[in-house]
Amino acid sequence: MLKKMFLGSALAAGLGLALPAQAEELRIGFIAPTTGLYAQIGKDMVDGFQLYLDEHGGKLGGADVKLIVEDDQGKPDTGVTKAKKLILQDKVNLFIGGLLASTGYALAPVSTAEKTIYLSSVSSADDLTQRQLEKYPYFLRTSWTSSLPHHALGQWACDQGYKKIITVAADYAFGYETVGGFQKVFEDCGGKIVQKIWPPLGTKDFGPFIPTMKADADAIFTTMVGPMALQFPKQLRGAGIKKPIVASGVSYDEFVLPFMGDEVIGDVSALHYGAGIDTPENAKFVKAYRAKYGKMPGYYSENNYSTAMWIDEAMKKTGGNWPGPEAFIKTMQSIKINAPRGPVSMDDMRNPIESVYIKKVAKTKMFGYDKEELWNTVIKVYPNVSQFWTYGKEKFLAQPVYDRDFPPCKFCE
Amino acid sequence: MVSTNVKILIVAVGLLAFAYIVPQSGSFVVLLATRAMAFAILAMSVDLLLGFTGMSSMGQAAYFGVGAYLTAVLATKFHFGMGWDFWLVVVMGILIGCALAALFGLFAIRAGGVYFLMITLALGQCVWGLAYRWNSLTGGDNGINMSGRPNFGLDLGNEVTFFYLVFAFFAVSMILLYVLVRSPFGRSLAGIRERELRMQILGYNTWLHKYIAFVIAGGFGGLAGVLWAHTNGHVSPETVVLTTSVDSLLMVVLGGAGTLVGAAIGTAIVFGLREFLSTLVPWWQYALGGVYVLTILYLPMGLMGIPSRFRQRTQSKDEGAKKLASKPS
Repeated sequence: MLKKMFLGSALAAGLGLALPAQAEELRIGFIAPTTGLYAQIGKDMVDGFQLYLDEHGGKLGGADVKLIVEDDQGKPDTGVTKAKKLILQDKVNLFIGGLLASTGYALAPVSTAEKTIYLSSVSSADDLTQRQLEKYPYFLRTSWTSSLPHHALGQWACDQGYKKIITVAADYAFGYETVGGFQKVFEDCGGKIVQKIWPPLGTKDFGPFIPTMKADADAIFTTMVGPMALQFPKQLRGAGIKKPIVASGVSYDEFVLPFMGDEVIGDVSALHYGAGIDTPENAKFVKAYRAKYGKMPGYYSENNYSTAMWIDEAMKKTGGNWPGPEAFIKTMQSIKINAPRGPVSMDDMRNPIESVYIKKVAKTKMFGYDKEELWNTVIKVYPNVSQFWTYGKEKFLAQPVYDRDFPPCKFCE
Repeated sequence: MVSTNVKILIVAVGLLAFAYIVPQSGSFVVLLATRAMAFAILAMSVDLLLGFTGMSSMGQAAYFGVGAYLTAVLATKFHFGMGWDFWLVVVMGILIGCALAALFGLFAIRAGGVYFLMITLALGQCVWGLAYRWNSLTGGDNGINMSGRPNFGLDLGNEVTFFYLVFAFFAVSMILLYVLVRSPFGRSLAGIRERELRMQILGYNTWLHKYIAFVIAGGFGGLAGVLWAHTNGHVSPETVVLTTSVDSLLMVVLGGAGTLVGAAIGTAIVFGLREFLSTLVPWWQYALGGVYVLTILYLPMGLMGIPSRFRQRTQSKDEGAKKLASKPS
């Protein structure tokens, strides 16, 4: 009896695997937090992907797309359940999404176990496409690694002549990886990180942290997430500290930028996207997005828009037929797309090679909008940045993943 | 009044029907049922405290968490517990849950009522803090990924096999807890719940009774954690977070405290709404909220209170009819 059941389930599993290969429509699962603390970001993610679909008549590469959005409620466990639901019940060809790094970590093994592609379109945990990649043969990423833009920012800060910098970053893995990338390049170039401050995730009152900042530093590096991003610049400037800010792009993402005050004008941040990138591709995207959803797109939206574009190109190459997971990954790796964020391709560790934009907040008019608004205007572009910066793959992977204590703070007293 | 034997029979038949129907209803249902049962063990351990001893613990996720982290750390760092030694991990999970509860109990049992609630909440947050910040051991915010489930002749990687295993643990836990609350020890717990002072005057060491109940609940929490880790293949601080404790408490209240079965039903309903209904409609949160509000307004005894409420109503109607009949015309 029991044996029969196993046989039955094994057969069903076999059929389930065989089915999508013949299906004419492309079934895509999309995991995003559409309720809970991160609901707005989740919605922005879905909107970005949906915008591309709508612009292309609901087709990618000629295949009709069935997009199934599932809510992970911002919890990795729930994300796993929903991913399995998408695979087992909806028989999706691939699933996309996952916002938090922890969700990305939780979803990657699901792709291995179920032999279904997980395409991470936001979640940026470094190690998934670095030291742990071999565990996840069905995992690929169209977004970024947390440290990628901050390597470039470290170089830029060094080139500005900053010698001593304080880092203030949210106290969790994403914060560690952004600071790690920045510190590594900045110090290799001759700069010194003289102090690292780690306010807990979700801190709204920086009163206890601001007075401890060393007075002799030249600039401040910050990684602020969500509501923290709004509060920090306000409180820092309010306390009379006028040091320049060089920040992770998430601190000034368009997700928070429109709600910020004029005190942020002149602050510099780095990311692989910014709504103020002055190219025709981006102008078209920003206008379309604003017309449809009434707000500026941030990287959450752009990354999913360009993910759809990337899948579109891949499916065009295979003539609109799902090629199976292995061939799909190969096709994706062979493509270079011209996304709103600029030219993007994929390295052999299945992570994008993309431009990094050093951006300065300015109150200006862009793309023909007649109102003065805060924009992330690009002041320097680092083209074709890989997740290994200029270190080379082998040398980079020989060091441990960036952490709270790596690279060690040699110049902190 | 339905006799106890009939009640046991109903539960047994319900469980068997559950075990028979679920594996035939698609892999996603199997997965959900497995998750719900693993969590239901935690909810029942909360019920032992809330429903039978009258202590509302806000920190039950701590024991759940240490069980889960123990499993994940052993599996990834020492490759231990992926074969026959899975059973050792189960035992260790129970023991570590008990041990932590034995430690926390020393602080928590001294207090009662809302103070107990606050102390358990604080202690639970300590464990969350450790999980979140002890990066070298717990992987911090990213958590720990496990590769596959144990295989000891029985391949637990098969969802249906794993479902049966968790079902067995769930059923055995329910039976053990039932035996426990029906024992003289369980009766004295109920006595403490009703009137602790009187029990003390009668010569009972109420502190020790509560302490032992607390430790036992911790053990079941640890067991639930071990199963939970293998259900998801992933453990993160989200497992130990305050909402896990609150959820388990709400599930017990929803199903009906002091019934054990109610805890399981409450878990099933919350999981059903949160993880199944949410795949169908976007307004699942209103449904969940509505269920909570309606339960608190109309069923203070939880869903398990429905039969007795129903009886009350028919009884009062009967009485009303009798009164009418006895009225001189």
